[in-house]
Amino acid sequence: MSAAAPQAPTVTPILEAKGLVKRFGNVTALDGADFELMPGEILGVIGDNGAGKSSLIKCLSGAQVPDEGTVRMNGEDVVIRTPLEARALGIETVYQTLAVSPALDIADNLYLGREIRKPGFQGKVLRRLDKKAMRAEAKHQMSDLGIMTIQKIEQQVESLSGGQRQGVAVARAAAFGSKVIILDEPTAALGVKESGKVLDLIQKVRQNGLPVILISHNMPHVFEVADRIHIQRLGRRATVVDPKERTPNEVVAIMTGAAPAT
Amino acid sequence: MAELTPAPAGGGSAAAGTTTVDAPGRSAGLGARIHNTLHDKATLGPAIVLLIALVGFSVFTDRFLAANNLSLVLQQVMVVGTLGIAQTLIILTAGIDLSVGAIMVLSSIVMAKLSADSGVPGVLALLIGFGVGTLCGLINGILVSRVRLPPFIVTLGTLNIFIALNLYYSQSETIRGTDMSDVLLYTGNTFAIGDTRVAYGVLLMLGLFALVAYALRATAWGRHVYATGDDREAARLAGVQTTRVLLSVYTVAGLLCAVAGWILIGRIASASPQAGGSANLDSITAVVIGGTSLFGGRGLVIGTLFGALIVGVLRNGLALAGVDVLWQDFAVGFLVLTAVAIDQWIRKVKT
Ligand SMILES: Nc1ncnc2c1ncn2[C@@H]1O[C@H](COP(=O)(O)OP(=O)(O)OP(=O)(O)O)[C@@H](O)[C@H]1O
Ligand SMILES: [Mg+2]
Repeated sequence: MSAAAPQAPTVTPILEAKGLVKRFGNVTALDGADFELMPGEILGVIGDNGAGKSSLIKCLSGAQVPDEGTVRMNGEDVVIRTPLEARALGIETVYQTLAVSPALDIADNLYLGREIRKPGFQGKVLRRLDKKAMRAEAKHQMSDLGIMTIQKIEQQVESLSGGQRQGVAVARAAAFGSKVIILDEPTAALGVKESGKVLDLIQKVRQNGLPVILISHNMPHVFEVADRIHIQRLGRRATVVDPKERTPNEVVAIMTGAAPAT
Repeated sequence: MAELTPAPAGGGSAAAGTTTVDAPGRSAGLGARIHNTLHDKATLGPAIVLLIALVGFSVFTDRFLAANNLSLVLQQVMVVGTLGIAQTLIILTAGIDLSVGAIMVLSSIVMAKLSADSGVPGVLALLIGFGVGTLCGLINGILVSRVRLPPFIVTLGTLNIFIALNLYYSQSETIRGTDMSDVLLYTGNTFAIGDTRVAYGVLLMLGLFALVAYALRATAWGRHVYATGDDREAARLAGVQTTRVLLSVYTVAGLLCAVAGWILIGRIASASPQAGGSANLDSITAVVIGGTSLFGGRGLVIGTLFGALIVGVLRNGLALAGVDVLWQDFAVGFLVLTAVAIDQWIRKVKT
């Protein structure tokens, strides 16, 4: 039981955080949390409810600004204050709450905040959106993902099931992420088949060289795809383990505090 | 935009997989079918009500369908209709603006007084009036989007401030149309279509409806207005600059109120600090009857045109039929309640 987390000290983490603190009133969501994501890896993040997993990734995705601590990307200090700034850095996130707009259709949701405008006068002067292009692209992305069957791409998202909405959020992140993809519970609302598709997708994304952060309560999923597992406990990183060297039971013991984080 | 999603391994499972997710209305009962239809087309209800009112009054009163009467209805609607555009934008963001009427009157007084008393050229007076309205909207917008105060409270406060400023500046005196530039009265002028006379203010209102409908439907800004009203936090996380969107909505609404002020001068051929007292509530009425949800994110500006027309037609038709004005109010109130009840029903989650 001496296996330390596999570290490659010569490689700079693509995304790194040190001593993150985030308080909400007298609740401390993050209590000096560290974090490292290596290039091209799938990093599983696990922890009990309230351990601070979502808070951690929100500090990396611009959804929240940490009270203390630093974030680095490719070894350089970055300050990410808004989701748009994270997006500009190539970080795409699927939030636990999904962050889709129910009243808009699927294509509008995929392109929210980065709409395609028509070429020429219509787009430049009249600011007209190219709905056709957005819908065609959206359809392409949704079917590539293959995790959902939709009747019409013009369907409002509120007419989709919870799992289908999750599909929209995952498709959005997968389509636009260029440096890091963060998935907070991406399979929580999905059936067995759809979960399988998302796991496939995660692996395909990694094959393309993109690192993925996967937060999940589903141990088999995490053990299936993760290269390393970040165990979050009481607002901090307890340790990082290699799933090939630990059993799920050992990991759960560390996560719950039944076993020391070695 | 990086194209990262790899090609489907199994040959486009979803492309062919248009399996029925839920077939809306196919096997559902009549109630569910109506529910779905209204859900998809929120303005269908108002359009039908308007049609019924038009047909009904044409049948029951012989004077209703007369060309000059219909043009009168349009003129009666042009002020509230224009205010309704502003109100629609704000309600789409899940807000409410109690100050639209006050901004309108303040702007109209500024225009009129600059022209009548200060000798400012008409066009310049008009533009300054537009500027005042825009500034009022901007103040509302800053308080709502940046200071994050509830819109109801913000506009309740600014409503009183704008009224006070208006009474102070106008010294509670009406400015007669004959004292001001023709430019300010232009919206009340009419031109002939056949034997009907149409006011330029009506054209202006219709043009603004078309413009805002276009902006909401076909531009990114419009999509962002809906997304922000639907769920502000979700929109923010998805990359919408919600603070900016809100600020722009309130500012544009202020400008629209000032334009309504210009139309108001044309309509009453003067500028009165006491005018438009019921305009706030009338604009909200038009929006609600037009099928826009007070919870934000749902509705179309064209519905507000229907809503304003329904109220105008109803009041006019009932008056022609000799019905006491109190029953006109009753009917309008009834419509508002019906519209809100229908909205609640439409928004119920499908099971
Ligand atoms: N916006 C907020 N306001 C107040 N408290 C918050 C907020 N967000 C998180 N918290 C608190 O911070 C702690 C960590 O929450 P967080 O959502 O990060 O947990 P989590 O590990 O993602 O849990 P779960 O597995 O349930 O998703 C919790 O105690 C939570 O109550
Ligand atoms: Mg969480």
